[in-house]
Amino acid sequence: MCQEKCPKKVLDEVFEAGLGYRKAIYTPFDQAVPRTPVIDRANCTYYEKGTCKACEKFCETNAIDFNQEDKILTLQVGNIILATGYDLFDARKMQQYGYGRLPNVFTSLEFERLSNSAGPTNGHIVLRDGVTEPRSVAIVHCVGSRDKNHNSYCSAICCMQSLKFAHLVKEHTEATIYEFYIDMRTAGKGYDEFYQRIMEEGGIFVRGKPAEITDVARTPEEEGKLILQVEDTLVGQQRRFPVDMVILSSGLEPRADAKELAVRFGISCSFDGWAIEKHPKLDPIATMTEGVYVAGCVSGPKDIPASVAQGAAAAARVLGRIQQKQMNLEPIKATVHAEHCSGCRICNTMCPYNAISFDDVNGVSSINAAMCQGCGTCVAACPAGAISGSGFSDEQVLAQIEGLLRVGADGLALRRSAYPETHHDEIEEAVRA
Amino acid sequence: MSAQAPLAPAPAQGTAPAATFEPVIIGFTCNWCSYRAADLAGTARTKYPPNVRLIRLMCSGRLDPTFVLKAYAEGADAVLVTGCHPGECHYIEQNYKALRRFRLLQRTIEALGIEPARLQLVWASAAEGVRLANEIARVTEEVRALGPLNWPAGNMVDLDAFNLDAAWEATGGDAGGPPAAPDGANPEHAAVAR
Ligand SMILES: Cc1cc2nc3c(=O)[nH]c(=O)nc-3n(C[C@H](O)[C@H](O)[C@H](O)COP(=O)(O)OP(=O)(O)OC[C@H]3O[C@@H](n4cnc5c(N)ncnc54)[C@H](O)[C@@H]3O)c2cc1C
Ligand code: SF4
Ligand code: FES
Repeated sequence: MCQEKCPKKVLDEVFEAGLGYRKAIYTPFDQAVPRTPVIDRANCTYYEKGTCKACEKFCETNAIDFNQEDKILTLQVGNIILATGYDLFDARKMQQYGYGRLPNVFTSLEFERLSNSAGPTNGHIVLRDGVTEPRSVAIVHCVGSRDKNHNSYCSAICCMQSLKFAHLVKEHTEATIYEFYIDMRTAGKGYDEFYQRIMEEGGIFVRGKPAEITDVARTPEEEGKLILQVEDTLVGQQRRFPVDMVILSSGLEPRADAKELAVRFGISCSFDGWAIEKHPKLDPIATMTEGVYVAGCVSGPKDIPASVAQGAAAAARVLGRIQQKQMNLEPIKATVHAEHCSGCRICNTMCPYNAISFDDVNGVSSINAAMCQGCGTCVAACPAGAISGSGFSDEQVLAQIEGLLRVGADGLALRRSAYPETHHDEIEEAVRA
Repeated sequence: MSAQAPLAPAPAQGTAPAATFEPVIIGFTCNWCSYRAADLAGTARTKYPPNVRLIRLMCSGRLDPTFVLKAYAEGADAVLVTGCHPGECHYIEQNYKALRRFRLLQRTIEALGIEPARLQLVWASAAEGVRLANEIARVTEEVRALGPLNWPAGNMVDLDAFNLDAAWEATGGDAGGPPAAPDGANPEHAAVAR
């Protein structure tokens, strides 16, 4: 009701990708959680001019509160699932494609809104003028992906998304459709079948990455069109394709704040910014940090089925942990052997978790096993060797060093550097005796 | 440990290292970053020289300087210390402590007459499999150029002048290890004593 009555229209740059309007009081999108309208202060007439309150007048449940302030909530939780997704590659970075300069070059996200029956055009696929139906549409794959100048990886979703677009254009218009691709990547259940179907529907596939999209015509037929200049690598020729509309299938990128997020949650991310899983094959939803999970595109490009599967898996994992009622701790812990501790307190300042305390009565340090995370720094620091780290004791590590450097035929260490080689026999004899 | 990379026989003092010299390097990795980087290099089938033999620690902060000296004493030509990038330690800040120990160790080994390049520090995140592999290759080549680690003559136990039999008698003949060297003369001894 409030959204209907609000007199203020605002260009929706987020959900409608700049193609439609929302009101100053709005829900970001239909499936938003919570699905509660919010007032956009910067654009609300009441906050601007001090009068209006149309929403308040019409709200039957008196839910509008103009005095509400932003609040920062501090919640204590034991598990966190990061599902922060991706950013779309900014097609403006590829100036040769003219996005932002040539009106009828659209991004994939804009096309999603154009073709959506609940979108700003009620699903009518039209040019930027809002009325003209295109008679030819070019869809360009791998924009910003598999490209040394931008992102070298494959964004995984764009081939299928481009095929979906082709199908939608076919369904809604009479247009001829061209797909410009480097390679078709249609791995997945039913995916290649869909590709075959689009070809049967008459989609034209050109293997080549357009070098340029321009509105400068060379021939009368090109007049008033967008022209894609491309090397058709199957024909081995430069070709020009005049079309009415171009859709750029932009790749996926880590979110702009991905690295900040990783630092905040104590996980690692790749050089690009995709979160790193505990194990890429065996544990793709856990991270190195106990209790922090990742799901969806935060750990790399993936489609909706894969994102949903990971989300469900992460939720199940967390539920399991909550229902255990007990925490399983890592077995790697440090322990102080009081009989060897001289009470020097060197270790006391070493622990990042304040797990070490000093017992004034007995003059020795001791470690709280529940707080110790097992890094072993105090073990290395103790001058008396009074702290031992389970799994990584001095004896174990020293034995590994010996083992790795042990190469004598009969398993005896050749202390090559410490003794001249000419004496190895003597030493071995002495050891054996 | 593999038969493919045998310890090259130590050349006599003063001669140039043999052309086929394969250095043996002990690498300490942190469980969360560099060990994962090495693992990633493996999953990605990235190759690095087999000269480095890795030992996993939970954190670079676990690196006891003894481990480094022990490695030299046992015959390693160099030691590579690795850990998470500054600010990214899984245990908050223990790699800074590792860094301090590394600096002290650098001075210590120089005082012992060991070239500084025989102790190297590389930060590698879990994503940097290729970088770690490249760094391992670089360190291996640097150490190969240095040749085998020969302790300077002044620090050597002069085994010719040392009466093994007398020492043997002195221990009562029941000691397990090699005969004791004069105090401080044997770096291995110094390292293990602690
Ligand atoms: C144009 C286009 C068409 C596509 N079509 C298809 C298709 O037909 N089929 C298909 O399978 N896939 C398709 N995809 C891929 C699909 O979008 C992704 O697979 C899916 O959205 C990934 O879901 P996600 O939950 O990981 O991330 P997102 O959907 O990106 O969700 C992440 C959410 O986290 C929020 N967020 C981010 N940071 C924070 C923070 N710090 N605090 C709080 N919230 C935060 C974001 O606002 C966002 O709501 C398409 C992608 C594009 C770009
Ligand atoms: S091992 Fe690390 S976490 Fe555990 S007590 Fe020692 S310094 Fe603290
Ligand atoms: S956890 Fe890697 S250096 Fe501390």
